[in-house]
Amino acid sequence: MFKQLLLLAFLIPSISAIASPERDYDEFVSYFENRFPDTPFEDYKNGVYSIDKSAREQWEAMEEFPPYELNVDRGEELFNRPFKNGNTYGSCFENDGIGIRQNYPYFDNEKNKVVTLEGALNDCRVKNGEKPLSYFKGKELAHVSAYMAYTSRGNKFNIQIPNTKEALDAYEDGRRLYFTKKGQLNFSCADCHVYQTGTKLRADIPSPAIGHPTHFPVYRSGMGRLVTLHERFAGCLNRIRAKSFKGGSDELNNLEFFTTFMSNGLEVNGPGSRK
Amino acid sequence: MKSLIKSLLFVIILMPIASFPDTIAEGKKLTFDRKKGNCLACHMIEDGELAGNNGPPLLAMKARFPDREILFQQIWDPTEKDPYSFMPPFGKHGALTRNEINKIIDYLYTL
Repeated sequence: MFKQLLLLAFLIPSISAIASPERDYDEFVSYFENRFPDTPFEDYKNGVYSIDKSAREQWEAMEEFPPYELNVDRGEELFNRPFKNGNTYGSCFENDGIGIRQNYPYFDNEKNKVVTLEGALNDCRVKNGEKPLSYFKGKELAHVSAYMAYTSRGNKFNIQIPNTKEALDAYEDGRRLYFTKKGQLNFSCADCHVYQTGTKLRADIPSPAIGHPTHFPVYRSGMGRLVTLHERFAGCLNRIRAKSFKGGSDELNNLEFFTTFMSNGLEVNGPGSRK
Repeated sequence: MKSLIKSLLFVIILMPIASFPDTIAEGKKLTFDRKKGNCLACHMIEDGELAGNNGPPLLAMKARFPDREILFQQIWDPTEKDPYSFMPPFGKHGALTRNEINKIIDYLYTL
């Protein structure tokens, strides 16, 4: 009995050491390879259109005259408009903020938290004596983020998770939120986007879990405006009748950390257009 | 007076039968209502448009669920049988009342 316990004591830490973000990623990607053998990996950046051929035609027609063009222009204007102190957003970023979308979110070892692009934009504002902006309603933050994504198109996501307890905990927190059933309707993100992706919910097909963050923020024609990833997360939580989290909260930052890590290797193609 | 009581009694006795078609109609409404059962999200149902397909079609319900209690339990809390069930626990989480679920079952048994 003692021997068995001793064996267990050795086994438990080694099991948790095996369960790593890299292993999760491999499992995730191969799950979708088996689920949709006709979809090439690089196509998952197109979200639901990577698996829904009939909707794809309409979407491609829409993309010929992108509905978000004016938003990208407006985003560029706001991106270059100086703060009261004369600095611009670009001053806070590597390469003046051009072509860097794929590096977000990252785990900041000094702040001990996940930093998203929108979070970094707000940090930049505060550092320059401006007020942070809302993630909701498709205002300035969504526009600047859309422009920054636009300048990064074609660059591949390569999210790194530092091998520290804090960073792994943040990843694990996001992963857990992804797989936990929530709300009155008792759905997890994974229920629709892993287990039921490709089936029909009424007339809609839930999109696959990889490639979600690549095209955000998105222009939703139904709403006639941009939607940030955190607003979309909140919208999802709302639809399953769960209490949502605030834009920029640790919960949503960590969720973005997990979903973006699962999209590593895919190209930035934001802003996307959706119905 | 006696005949009045008699006819009242008659009405009371017949009432449950008389209201049965209404219960079925109400059950159908609750089944289709997006804010209530929204069963079409996942199940094909006769008369239902734009039905989902990740749950089994709802037909021959009496043959499939001869025991009403089992069907009730499946709608009340399907996680009892399967913790990973995709189907929401409508009763347990208060999305539908006991009474509403019973009306839905009355309707489902006509399918």
